[in-house]
Amino acid sequence: MGYTKDQLLARLQELKIDFTCYDHPVVLTVEEQAKHVGDLGGALSKNLLLKDKKHRLYVISALAGTKVDMKILSQRLGLGKGGLRMAPEENLLEVLQVPLGCVTPFALINESASAVSLLLDQGFKSKQICYFHPLTNDVTIALSSSNLDKFLISIGKQPAYVDLEAAPAVGKDNPPDLAHLVPSGVPNSSEQPVENTALTIVPHHQNNVPKETEVKAKPKVQSKGAETSSKADKPTTNTSVDKFVNDVFDIISPLFLSETLKKLDIKKEELSSILDDVRGRADPDLKSIAMTLKNASYTNGFHAGFKTMLHRGLDG
Amino acid sequence: MAAAEQGVDAARKEEEEEEEQVVNPWEVSAGKGGIDYDKLVDQFGCQRIDDALVGRIARLTGRPPHCFLRRGLFFAHRDLNELLDLYEKGEKFYLYTGRGPSSEALHLGHLIPFMFTKYLQEAFKVPLVIQLTDDEKFLWKNLTIQESKRLARENAKDIIACGFDIERTFIFSDFSFVGGAFYENMMQVARCVTMNKAIGIFGFNLEDHIGKVSFPPVQAVPSFPSSFPHLFAGKDQLRCLIPCAVDQDPYFRMTRDVAPRIGYQKPSLIESRFFPALQGENTKMSASDANSAIYVTDSAKEIKTKVNKYAFSGGQDSIELHRKLGANLDVDVPIKYLNFFLEDDDELAHIKKEYKEGRMLTGEVKQRLIAVLSEIVARHQRARSQVTEEMVDAFMAVRPLPNMFG
Repeated sequence: MGYTKDQLLARLQELKIDFTCYDHPVVLTVEEQAKHVGDLGGALSKNLLLKDKKHRLYVISALAGTKVDMKILSQRLGLGKGGLRMAPEENLLEVLQVPLGCVTPFALINESASAVSLLLDQGFKSKQICYFHPLTNDVTIALSSSNLDKFLISIGKQPAYVDLEAAPAVGKDNPPDLAHLVPSGVPNSSEQPVENTALTIVPHHQNNVPKETEVKAKPKVQSKGAETSSKADKPTTNTSVDKFVNDVFDIISPLFLSETLKKLDIKKEELSSILDDVRGRADPDLKSIAMTLKNASYTNGFHAGFKTMLHRGLDG
Repeated sequence: MAAAEQGVDAARKEEEEEEEQVVNPWEVSAGKGGIDYDKLVDQFGCQRIDDALVGRIARLTGRPPHCFLRRGLFFAHRDLNELLDLYEKGEKFYLYTGRGPSSEALHLGHLIPFMFTKYLQEAFKVPLVIQLTDDEKFLWKNLTIQESKRLARENAKDIIACGFDIERTFIFSDFSFVGGAFYENMMQVARCVTMNKAIGIFGFNLEDHIGKVSFPPVQAVPSFPSSFPHLFAGKDQLRCLIPCAVDQDPYFRMTRDVAPRIGYQKPSLIESRFFPALQGENTKMSASDANSAIYVTDSAKEIKTKVNKYAFSGGQDSIELHRKLGANLDVDVPIKYLNFFLEDDDELAHIKKEYKEGRMLTGEVKQRLIAVLSEIVARHQRARSQVTEEMVDAFMAVRPLPNMFG
């Protein structure tokens, strides 16, 4: 089961983290939250749970006033354009184990959220006090960003602060600048290399489902490798007409080139170019006769099989 | 499948009676100036294929796009982008095309969808089902069942000669194949289409016999993989792409309308323009007028005569005038034919330029066309001569195709 608010607050006290706690009625939006704590001088946060096409989850925690462009963020993470979506409600309940409207960095205390990547707004650093929900949305806790960092480090997460409003160009010469924040230990995929240094799996928690599959994943990949190498030794029937015609040219061309160059006074490039032309022009006819041969062979085999079945049954 | 076949006289009458163009599986007639394809696309509600889409196909298949795509002969589609999205993600599809075997005399216009489908099969490495609607021809023409079936087999030979891969191709005739799961799907479709709708889509009337009215489901259900349990068992959601001439669109509008209602995916379409008759855009290529088209049985000499004598020229009446004014490429039939059949983009551009500016004469253009067409027809005839009855049996056998996506 997920941590309760009280368990979380107890943990914060254990860690000697300074925070202030405000009770209020349940709020589902930042606007509503603002009605209760907005005038107290701290910075409200808006928290989004996003999901990419490979089902990896991201908590984006930003100042309420920061503009978050999901398209740009997606590119900066190396997910392409439109690679990020709002995660469905089930992820909130199952992974973060918080109610609707309660996405918060603190949810990462839960085991189930160990594979979730957290992106924090750089803007938090310049605020004295920031407001977050502590696993329920009838309470708001206020603390400094350095105290938030203390908490995150205690649960094995490296705080990652990002200028969320920046929009750097992403392309061949500019690799995605946030790619290191993409989670690596995803339960479903077994072939992702562990590149992510920002996230570390907490060793002392039980029931570490993602970790188990990660461990299982490595041997899987290795045995797959062994399988494919042995498969490569087995001959496979290749009935591709394209390949056949290319093979024929590959036999004739070098022979023709070498013999002709011996006898005629002509530049190699010129002869090659003529040969390419010939190749292009002969291609449709060669493919046509190769296909005819293939179809005729199949036909003979088909009828032979049919007659065999007819006379001797399946045993042949 | 019915290629639009209307006698040249009837077409002219229609033209005179109404400026409106008529395009449906049994009738194609243009207003003045030929078929207005923009209007047709608007009217039917399909999309145009643009350069981006052609480029996308080239990238996905790793080879240059077919001539017919580059030159805009296949110019419209429905849901082709969606199909390509899925293909990019690794989801396959199958091809479905067909022919209404009304005569043994096949001309180049008939071959075009098959030539294009062969390219699609090779490029995407997907299987293909080919339907021969011998039942349709029996219902619409004055043929016996035996004759319809015979024509189906004869046409199958020409289709096979286009170079389809027997490991990925299933050819069937309705009289032989309808039944089982195919028939069940037909009934599902039939139950979803009212008389009113059928009359609206296909132009039936109360004097038409009920055979005609009940035919459309037959042409609709090859779009559904469950119609072919020997091929696609367990793949009920496999997508289908239908290359066809744009006059077949009504069948598939109906199919696409019904599909979600019976839990199936809508087929995607890729549609071609009409191929002009030798005498010009406003005439239809007709099996009854031997000089309106190049037939696959024509000798090199016959091709030469037909092109020289009957191909409508956009050149001027005299050499002097021609050198001065150049040719009208919009109506010149040899240029239109070269547009479809001359592979080399650079050579085509050169010919067009020289001809338009009066430096090249009609005779030279026709000569080039004769060479191109002769090559195509000769290749077809050679392949055709090698198609045996046994090969037709094998293509038409209800057999599994284990290598169909290989």
